[in-house]
Amino acid sequence: MTMKNRFKSFVPYGVILVVLLFLPPVIPRFYTYILTSIFVTALLAMSLNVVVGHGGLFQFHHAAFYGVGAYTFALILTKTSLPIWVGFVAGPVAAAMAGLLVGWFCVRLTRLYFGMLQISLGSLIWAIAFRWYSLTGGDDGIHGVPVPDFVSSSTSAYYFILILLTICLVVMYLILRSPFGMTLQAIRDNPERCEAVGINVRRHQLLGIVIATFFAGVAGVLFVVLERSVFPDLLFWVLSLEIFIMCLLGGWFTFAGPILGAAITVSLRTFVGIYTEYWTLILGVMLILLIFFLPEGVMGFITEKFGARPERVYQER
Amino acid sequence: MLRIEKIHKSFGNFVAVNGASLTVGKGELVAVIGPNGAGKTTLFNLITGQLKPDRGKVLFNDEDMTKLPTYHICRKGIARSFQIANIFHRLTVFRNVQVSVLSEQGKSNKLFSPAHNIAVEETNRILESVGLLENAENIAGSLSYGDQRILEIAIALGNEPELLILDEPTAGMSPEETAATMALIKTLAETRGLTILFCEHDMDVVFNTAQSIMVMHYGRTIVQAKPEEVKANSQVQEAYLGGENA
Repeated sequence: MTMKNRFKSFVPYGVILVVLLFLPPVIPRFYTYILTSIFVTALLAMSLNVVVGHGGLFQFHHAAFYGVGAYTFALILTKTSLPIWVGFVAGPVAAAMAGLLVGWFCVRLTRLYFGMLQISLGSLIWAIAFRWYSLTGGDDGIHGVPVPDFVSSSTSAYYFILILLTICLVVMYLILRSPFGMTLQAIRDNPERCEAVGINVRRHQLLGIVIATFFAGVAGVLFVVLERSVFPDLLFWVLSLEIFIMCLLGGWFTFAGPILGAAITVSLRTFVGIYTEYWTLILGVMLILLIFFLPEGVMGFITEKFGARPERVYQER
Repeated sequence: MLRIEKIHKSFGNFVAVNGASLTVGKGELVAVIGPNGAGKTTLFNLITGQLKPDRGKVLFNDEDMTKLPTYHICRKGIARSFQIANIFHRLTVFRNVQVSVLSEQGKSNKLFSPAHNIAVEETNRILESVGLLENAENIAGSLSYGDQRILEIAIALGNEPELLILDEPTAGMSPEETAATMALIKTLAETRGLTILFCEHDMDVVFNTAQSIMVMHYGRTIVQAKPEEVKANSQVQEAYLGGENA
């Protein structure tokens, strides 16, 4: 790809970003909130896709790390008098450390066994948040987290979260285009061969998990910034399944697919959820149709239809 | 350079390799032959660490490789190709080779610099030496089977190995492709000073190319010697050359 082509492929994203920057004053506050919620969920889905779509790992309990990030941030703000930036740093770092710990065991196994062990260990983390009343507030969670002034209004939270999302996406993009990211994708395609060309596959996968869980932690922190509360559902396996579906829905072999998946899922939950609590039924039907008609996800379909594949990190197929 | 001493490997009750021995000297082109199921591939897997031996030793430059993980053995200077085309189907031909070049240069973990600027020259040089340069931007899975096998060798070359192990490099190829591949292997051995260990079904290929031949039968080494001596060996004739495989 030439320099000019590469630049061109970023134009649509630039346009979307500019539109998003000018939206809050002209749309109702409720929509600002929904969009912010999509941003947070999109970051979470994107972080999962680092290891699922690009790494080929069965990261089945990613929400656990999202929850660790959110709880760490909330606990530091409510139970300590540490400066606020400590919370912002500690959330993602704690999530990455949990990722390192869980991943350390998981990378010793392959495929489904990896996924099963991760569900067990992730559920363990959920159980801690659920049961440890004195620290985490148990099933009540923690509410009214005192977020700093610069994100206290819904508009300022919108901008803050949008900016952090953009930064995270750029960093993720760079990582996936780096030798590390390329090797991660090679491992997804053929771990045995990678081992035979001198790559320490387990260590590489573990590093991938640490990176993914770090960004899940960032998403967790942003959730608290938006909602000012945490509760055990954040690290329940149902949410893990939901974000896994977002990656599938959007297109897990594309870079930006999970954002689309997150937008679709959150919109469905919001707008269909008004009429029926069985909105997941519609999601289920969509998933079935997807598996049959769009196996590469919505984004995969779009990029295939319109030729150019700007967000394919590496040409795949 | 490579010495295998009385190596054993069994799967359940089946003894795949039963005390095989092998010596490969620096700069040699050594072939392993034997009927199907003689344990050739298993032997190679034991050398490069995909399998761990039950007993016996693999010594490379007098260093014991037996306990090392695969990726570590590769870093010591042994690279290999596989019997079935074992490539990265979704990546381009260029990326396929680049993965191993990056690994060789210790750059696989670089996080933020874009991969498309790194190790380009080395990768292109390897692709040129095997004749795949014009296919560099094609998706590896779309190559012809013969070219995929060549790519397989190119990936192994990315590791700048001292010893290159090729598991039936011409399996499934047409006679023309076979001849071209063997010529390529000979050229690589000469220009890069590579030591090559390979196994092969085609007897003409083996006796024309190899400087030393090891004959395996039921997981045992019958003999390892120069081609003429192997041909003359009565045990070999009985077990292999004189049998239905001749």
